[in-house]
Amino acid sequence: MFEQIVFYAFAAGLIFAAFMVITVRNPVHAALFLVAGFFASAGLWLLLEAEFLAIALVLVYVGAVMVLFLFVVMMLDINITVLREGFTANLPIAGIVAFLMLAAIGLVVGRHHFGLTEIPAPQAAGADYENTAALGRVLYTQYLLPFEIAAVVLLVAIIAAIALTLRSTRQTKAPRPERQVRVTRAERVRLVSMAAEKPAPADAPEA
Amino acid sequence: MLALADFLIVGAILFCLSVAGIFINRKNIIVLLMCVELMLLAVNLNFVAFSHFNQDISGQVFVFFILTVAAAESAIGLAILVVLFRNRSSINVDDISAMRG
Repeated sequence: MFEQIVFYAFAAGLIFAAFMVITVRNPVHAALFLVAGFFASAGLWLLLEAEFLAIALVLVYVGAVMVLFLFVVMMLDINITVLREGFTANLPIAGIVAFLMLAAIGLVVGRHHFGLTEIPAPQAAGADYENTAALGRVLYTQYLLPFEIAAVVLLVAIIAAIALTLRSTRQTKAPRPERQVRVTRAERVRLVSMAAEKPAPADAPEA
Repeated sequence: MLALADFLIVGAILFCLSVAGIFINRKNIIVLLMCVELMLLAVNLNFVAFSHFNQDISGQVFVFFILTVAAAESAIGLAILVVLFRNRSSINVDDISAMRG
């Protein structure tokens, strides 16, 4: 019974947060509702005994990805009203498509195919079961090569993000210290030999 | 008792909401990226639910990899977005339909 209350609370929170993400006006609010949705999802995953992934979702998504989203949203000066054009025009077709998809998926994954009689609920894991240890054992043996490929994917993402956003020094007006140090006197000072006094013009009127 | 169907239905609702979000926020790239994240979350919920009910931890390994790829995707997507905003001063999808370089 307690399990069901927790499930329905987190599921309702998750769906409400997702609904607000797609309808709210301000992108900053959308990002914050997405954070709430990730928290609710982490709660559902805890219910499914995926403790490591639930914590990883909170740490990686809420801690890194969503902060990156918020950072970008706040850094860009966005005109929201232009971006909201077509919101109401597309609303009916969006509702129809979403409803049809939901009906189709619901027919497949309903209780008559995936109910308790077809797939019984497994025994709850004992207190000595460690989800992190079990996951790590599989990850570092059976899935070692995919794990390393995932690491390479992250490395490529880092390099790509830096390469995309890096401004070369030619475009900026930042000083270049190595050139400042190497400068010589001849590059900066030009001595001009000229008369110390300007001769008075011959036909200047006497004061 | 909670059945596998309950979790799958939540995942389906989440996925359909994000599809609707892609339809109604066609102009705003940031919200489009957020909708893609929601879709991946729905898929991950299905993976974790199946992993639990089949007592097979491979599903959780896949969720781990999906999280990795999704983090890389959003990092690169936001970097492209920043470069785009620098060049066009706009994130409207209609403004970037022409590839004039």
